Amino acid sequence: MKNAVDHSQHAVPEGRQTTMNQFTGQSLSWDVKDGVIELSLHRAPCNEIGSRTLGELEKFVGALAGLVAESHALIVHSSLECGFCAGADLRELYQSAQKISKNEARQGVREFLERIHRVMNTIDAAPIPTIAAVHGVTFGGGFELALVCDLIIADKMARFCFPELRLGLIPGFGGIPRLKRDLGNGVVRDLLLTGRSINATKAQSVGLVSQVAAEGEALRVARATAAQIGKFDRRTTLAAKQFIKPIPYEELRREIDLFCELFAQPAVEAGLRKFVESTDAQPYLP
Amino acid sequence: MATIDQTLDEILTLAASHFKVPRGRLSPDDDFFKTLGIDSLQTLDLLTRLEQHFDVELPDYELQGVSDFRTLAGRIQARL
Repeated sequence: MKNAVDHSQHAVPEGRQTTMNQFTGQSLSWDVKDGVIELSLHRAPCNEIGSRTLGELEKFVGALAGLVAESHALIVHSSLECGFCAGADLRELYQSAQKISKNEARQGVREFLERIHRVMNTIDAAPIPTIAAVHGVTFGGGFELALVCDLIIADKMARFCFPELRLGLIPGFGGIPRLKRDLGNGVVRDLLLTGRSINATKAQSVGLVSQVAAEGEALRVARATAAQIGKFDRRTTLAAKQFIKPIPYEELRREIDLFCELFAQPAVEAGLRKFVESTDAQPYLP
Repeated sequence: MATIDQTLDEILTLAASHFKVPRGRLSPDDDFFKTLGIDSLQTLDLLTRLEQHFDVELPDYELQGVSDFRTLAGRIQARL
């Protein structure tokens, strides 16, 4: 059965892996510096998460058990100017779905979600502290990737948004349960039901962001934070993390089911088409 | 509190400075997408800078369909 995401056209490249500690792929790279794993996203235009990025993220979480043995923290960041990550690759999703039947598209979406949830859950449960160093656009799936991390350190120009409801969907990469884990329900409803974006200062004021950095300084601040974390006893740090940050597995499962149910609605295809085909300076987002 | 004309003037000055456009080339009724030549990402950047400058929140949905500096100033003024 074909997936909504056509793997034959987007076969995951082997990438360049000189040792287990280093990898450079088409969408991301990782390296270990001073006991800190740095996972860098670099897929133009703005790190949209499609099948290629998913494949490389799977490669990363496959290597994670080995990497953490000699590391005390993980930093996830973007090396692109536009921002941290613009979310799921809606163009790939829409265009791939046009080539196959609706049932096949729905099945493909479910398989994609199952895979990305395994990636997100693995990073969420990583046995070392994790830090998202974000700047610019941190939308949808990008916001969800930041939310799996223990700390979010934001450049003052970062913006956070869950625009999914504007296209007839809900966040599908674990966003709602993880947002609920971290924030008050009123803020969660505001972000989800309006689909509006908020800046880093607002995100810090509601408890989403740990630290706000000057423009271009989020990665440097994240490295300093990782260095501080590295001073502490590893077992104690892990115990504290596991105590304070339970993973809402049951809600995450329900989110996949609800997303797939909503994805079957005709309005979603119409919304995605308008978004993908929009050439306006402000893309279609009602 | 600032008047709408002061708010408008500050927006024009900020936009000119950030996007490196001569201040004199910007008029209140200009379509800022065209005059500044900005795309959606740069529009978000402008939105964030305006929020910081005026210390307000500007929900994106309030700016839908807004493309001229004068209307933008009105939206900001309503939140000051």
